[in-house]
Amino acid sequence: MNESPLLELKGITREYSGYKALDNVDFTLHSGEVHVLFGENGAGKSTLISIIAGAVKANSGQIRFKGQTLKLSSVHHARKLGISAVFQEFSLIPELTVEENIFLGVEETRYGCLNRTAMHDRATRVLARLGFQLRPDASTAFLSRAEQQMVEIAKAFRDDLSILILDEPTASLTERETKDLFSLVNHVKSQHVGIIYITHRMNEIRQIGDRITILRDGKFIDTVKANTPDNELVRMMTGKAIDQIFPAIRFKPEKEVLKIRNLSTTDKSVIDASINVRRGEIVGIAGLVGSGKSEIARSCFGLIPKIAAEITFNGEEISQLSPKEILDRGMFYIPADRREEGLMMMRSARENIALPALTTPSFSSGIVLKRMAEQIQVKKLSAIFNLQPSNTELDAGLFSGGNQQKIMLAKCQSRQVDLFIFDEPTVGVDVGTRTAIYKFIRDLCEQSGAAVLLISSDLPEILHLTHRVYVMCGGSITAELESDEIVEKNILKHFFRDGSFMLTNYEHTLN
Amino acid sequence: MSKTIYFLKLALIRLGVLPFLLLIAVAIFTVLSDNFLTGRNLVNVARQSTYLTLVSMGQMFALLTGGFDLSVGTILALTSVVGATSMAMAYAAMPDSVMLSIFIGILAGGAAGTMIGVVNGIGISLLNVSPFMMSLGMASVGFGLALYLTGGTPVYGMPIEYGDIFGFGTIYGLPVPIAITLVLIVILYFILNWTRLGRYFYAVGGNIKAARLSGINTKLTLFSAYVLCGLMAAFAGLLMTARLDTGEANIGATMPLESIAACVIAGVSLRGGIGRLENVVFGALFIGLVQNGMNLARIESYLQIVVIGVLLILAVVADQLRLRLVATMRN
Repeated sequence: MNESPLLELKGITREYSGYKALDNVDFTLHSGEVHVLFGENGAGKSTLISIIAGAVKANSGQIRFKGQTLKLSSVHHARKLGISAVFQEFSLIPELTVEENIFLGVEETRYGCLNRTAMHDRATRVLARLGFQLRPDASTAFLSRAEQQMVEIAKAFRDDLSILILDEPTASLTERETKDLFSLVNHVKSQHVGIIYITHRMNEIRQIGDRITILRDGKFIDTVKANTPDNELVRMMTGKAIDQIFPAIRFKPEKEVLKIRNLSTTDKSVIDASINVRRGEIVGIAGLVGSGKSEIARSCFGLIPKIAAEITFNGEEISQLSPKEILDRGMFYIPADRREEGLMMMRSARENIALPALTTPSFSSGIVLKRMAEQIQVKKLSAIFNLQPSNTELDAGLFSGGNQQKIMLAKCQSRQVDLFIFDEPTVGVDVGTRTAIYKFIRDLCEQSGAAVLLISSDLPEILHLTHRVYVMCGGSITAELESDEIVEKNILKHFFRDGSFMLTNYEHTLN
Repeated sequence: MSKTIYFLKLALIRLGVLPFLLLIAVAIFTVLSDNFLTGRNLVNVARQSTYLTLVSMGQMFALLTGGFDLSVGTILALTSVVGATSMAMAYAAMPDSVMLSIFIGILAGGAAGTMIGVVNGIGISLLNVSPFMMSLGMASVGFGLALYLTGGTPVYGMPIEYGDIFGFGTIYGLPVPIAITLVLIVILYFILNWTRLGRYFYAVGGNIKAARLSGINTKLTLFSAYVLCGLMAAFAGLLMTARLDTGEANIGATMPLESIAACVIAGVSLRGGIGRLENVVFGALFIGLVQNGMNLARIESYLQIVVIGVLLILAVVADQLRLRLVATMRN
């Protein structure tokens, strides 16, 4: 590529009250390439794309777009120039139809009235051009996550597009939807659009990336070709080698803690599943989105109504108990979504950490809280997890994603627990925190002899940490694998009902 | 100069809008009326504000859990009517047992008012009715009942001692309504800050799903919030009945608005999870202060209602500005 780049950023710096989110970063994007931005949380990826999309202004540095110096005044301005971003959080209004969403804010009018026919025609054309199987008059509320993303992308394609920014677009897509998205990206590429793509997933970089720019702590590290080896990329991103991330774990399985027999939920998300977990082992549940891997734990914890089941925990039948009663017996479920289910964002870290343990004697006597003891206990816990900043009186919402996750972990350490259920414990967490979380899980298993159930969509996590794995598909358990059997190929094989056929497809997309 | 502004901004962020509003109100009314800043008048303000203070504290519990209670006014009315009627009946039946009839009246009135809270709590926690619809519906039920019981006329015939003690009496020079309110403030402060239940109110309003996963009985917590709210409004109703010496079905109509206003001015979040009891007390005092000041300044009573509405909106706007300040200071 020797033609002049589509977009060129030079020496971009963005400061937030003394803290440099971006420090002298360079970035170039050519038309028809997929340029991956790679880095830990807080490395500055979001700030960089916000600057390119016109949402944030740089303190210093230069932006050249199609060879000319550019000063973006707003997102609207960037859109007019053909620079569009699809962020993780969608900006769709569920009550409106697809076409109404596509033209939101730039409705076409005739004599001051909405020109519905013109918009309908244009929306139909845009969707057809992109090859999306969506009806323009469909209601957005009933679309799947992938389809909603299509609408977001169609929005970007409403006007002539030169730069498309995708911020972790596959985070909540199933494999099939991901595949569709990738073929779309390739299609867009062929139309000379430059694509900036943010992802944490290695295999995605291999599949669609052309070049990779690595950021660390707001600094530009390097721009490399997409075929750079994994451990090289991880080393550049973290400053650490890959085998330093996963700790070695010694398993000493003891007596059975949890036994689930024939669990089915009323919403059919889990069908006739049976699993068991012993002390001193880490049991994984792997599966795609919608396989029921999370639901099995949630219904076991009393969150999803079940039809029939025999659930014994420490020898006691618990299938009819409430979450509170189950927690009191020593099972702790750590949810995947911190914001939605995990933390009270506007309350202090201290209150969050102490919340599950307020009934225990170390935090209260009778109905009266021991506030001094609480403060001391919480300080101790937050020190164990090296919470940053260490002030536990700060609102949980003010901590970074990784530190919020530490608050979640401190929560489950505030009282005696026999079985920990981690639901996607490292979603949206940087590698540093990730390593700390894995060490924590190892210590739970090795030192405290606790039982751990690990539900994860992150295959390396399952491969490196677990002692036994259940693979789920369509609500049923399709396989149970132990120690040496736990390899990528074995797990993938059971991700799909019609194993062989789909596997070849999956591997095809992998390569 | 810029330093002064900086400290003002910092104070606004730390303390919220309420201290500023209080200072401004005191300054304005001191200029408008000579009688305003006198000890006697300020005790007067405190006494007049007790009813709103009690209701606002109750309202705060509902707001903390992420809901609100529009039926607090009706609770006042129903408590007043039922309390006065049963007290008068008991007194007529046994003219010699004054204290017993007062006791019966208080119990009956308190129970009637609290019942509204109980029904609210059941609807909201168990039946998942939205707090808006549930308390709006109960407001109509309660008001209708109060009117039905009295035929719309005031209830007379309570022993004089009731009004003498709970309306006009003093303990060590302190008006009884103020004394009772102070005791209740202390009790509620204790519940909110030093008991599990108090913490659970914040937790349920902060994130009800996280609270559930942390092993909290969220339904029971929600239920308790509305019962406590009803109980506080019932206390206010009983004290107001003593002051008026009659049972009235048409008192408390402005209470829902004023109590929510007092809470919001005091920084209680309408989304739940945030708010401090001491600020709510000052919020209620502030509204009482403004009403008293406007009376002294001879502002027409209908116009006063306008002012309260404007104040509520201004407080919310000021709070939004404060949030924006917080955001810019952080950058």
